[in-house]
Amino acid sequence: MTTTPMADTEPQAIRQPSNLTLFLRYLRRNKGLAIGVLILIGLTLFTVIGLLTVNPKQAYPLSVALKQPPSLKYPFGTDFYGRNLLVAMVYGMYQTALIGLLAGGIGTAIGVVLGFTSAYFGGWIDATIRTICQILTPIPVLLIQVVVAGSLDKRDVTILTMSIIVAMLAWMGPTLVVRAQVMTMKERQFVSVAKLSGVSDMGIIFKEILPNLLPFIAAAFVGQVFSAVFASFYLAILGLGPLREPLLGNLIWAAQNQGAFFNGWWWWPIIPSCAMILILGALALVNMGLDELANPRVRRTE
Amino acid sequence: MNFKVIAKRLLFFVLVVWAASTIVFFIPRLSTRNAIRERFGELARTGGFSPGDVERLIASMNQQFGLDKPLLEQYWQYLNNIIRMDFGYSLSKYPTTVTEVIAQSLPWTIGLLVVTTVLSFAIGTLLGAISAWPKAPGWLRGIATPFILLTGVPPVIMGILLLFFIGFRLQWLPLGGSYSVGLVPNWSWSFFFDLMRHQILPGLALILGSLGGWVLSMRGMGVTIQGEDYVNFAEHKGLSGLTIFRDYYLRNGLLPQVTGLTLALGTVVTSAVVVENLFGLPGIGKALDLAIRANDFPVIYGIVIFITIAIAGMMMLLEFLYPILDPRIRNS
Repeated sequence: MTTTPMADTEPQAIRQPSNLTLFLRYLRRNKGLAIGVLILIGLTLFTVIGLLTVNPKQAYPLSVALKQPPSLKYPFGTDFYGRNLLVAMVYGMYQTALIGLLAGGIGTAIGVVLGFTSAYFGGWIDATIRTICQILTPIPVLLIQVVVAGSLDKRDVTILTMSIIVAMLAWMGPTLVVRAQVMTMKERQFVSVAKLSGVSDMGIIFKEILPNLLPFIAAAFVGQVFSAVFASFYLAILGLGPLREPLLGNLIWAAQNQGAFFNGWWWWPIIPSCAMILILGALALVNMGLDELANPRVRRTE
Repeated sequence: MNFKVIAKRLLFFVLVVWAASTIVFFIPRLSTRNAIRERFGELARTGGFSPGDVERLIASMNQQFGLDKPLLEQYWQYLNNIIRMDFGYSLSKYPTTVTEVIAQSLPWTIGLLVVTTVLSFAIGTLLGAISAWPKAPGWLRGIATPFILLTGVPPVIMGILLLFFIGFRLQWLPLGGSYSVGLVPNWSWSFFFDLMRHQILPGLALILGSLGGWVLSMRGMGVTIQGEDYVNFAEHKGLSGLTIFRDYYLRNGLLPQVTGLTLALGTVVTSAVVVENLFGLPGIGKALDLAIRANDFPVIYGIVIFITIAIAGMMMLLEFLYPILDPRIRNS
């Protein structure tokens, strides 16, 4: 008996293109995701190159000439307090990313754990977690953050505490999303098969359900980063941020405080605003793109 | 709608307000910051009290605010006060109560909020439905696109951009404030027009900043309706395009849109608060900003709880609308 030649050639004939190629092909279809990712890469490059080249001192007051309009020496101009806005943008962007990723990460992690617990175990655990989420959702998060930030000593308000304040009230969304998805997945056949063949609870959660949930978790994470950036921006614009830091919201707060438009220093509030539009716009595009990737029903046909 | 559903909604409303009040009660007490001491420390520095006087003043203040009692008793008293909408006295404008501070600034916020929310919700829903309606002329469907692109721009930033282009560059509209400097509020038409001129930019900022979201969600609804059999059937039955648009596209999308509005109320209100502050309008946002600057904690907490009550109340009212909008809920 000889081996058939078919067996050798067959796998090569239907060789799958590499994952990267598939991803790039998918991006061509999902243009929003592609544009969002491109803008994010651009912003990251700006921040990283900036962090490596600029003088960090110039992001803080009284380091350069005051109130200079944009010029070759100061591409983004300088503000009333003598900060070089180019350097302030680099550091503001870095800090915004830090808050977004930290708070988004913490919020998503809590959400995933609670969502899984709730949906997988059901019963009174599910009822409790769901009710708490439902009760907390209508409370305007920004206002509670205002109370927390206002109760802190001004010196205690740092990038880290700000992320924690933002994360504290940002886990309800992912919890409900993950819960809903696990609920539907729990009823699928592959889970029943795994259960019948004696896989443990943890085994089912980590080997069967979690891998299928990854696109949803990724979308929830980007959504959380978006709302964390948004929340920290609003807090800072109300003057509750770490005032010394060149956070984008802080720059706008300071500009508004000094009546930047009345005095004709238009570049001071406009530049951080444009940066914020790019960040939020890119995150929104990526979020929508990931939703489409995760939810086949929304996925457009080619 | 039966009695049970109403009772359930009311219970939910009470629970939301209770949760918010509890959070607002306990968070400041976990912190080491002492509002009254800080406030009078400030006064003592500027006004020259002797240290002993300040201590006695603080003690009497603590007594007046009930801070010398056990925590649970304070909590009970506090909940009772909230039921009566009594949030205590403002620290920075002492004899004024927090409720008075809120009442003074509330009309501004309500005016801005109601007008902008209704306009952006109505225009956004209509544009979204049109952009998903295959019979609409191309140019009409194209109108929606720029608004969808604006979805990522929050109202505050929209406000700054409007300030820059319309207020600063073109100088068509004022840069902020509620009326022109030097005018005395009166009941004349010229004052009224001046007042309205100052409301245009903040209003536009709020409308443009939230319109895209409504367009996007309504468009999504419309696209799913597009392929449905009942729409095909209606077309073959010979119903006019406009009837199909009104009774199929708009009507079916309305309930999810109102649900969306219910969920978005928190964001809508906070956006209004921040935008108001940006433009220096004397609404709730300004009151909150002044309270934050003056460490006036009773006012901060009062405003937070008041807004939560308002949002939870509006949510409840909107939920009572569901049966009117959806016969399936009405009949079940």
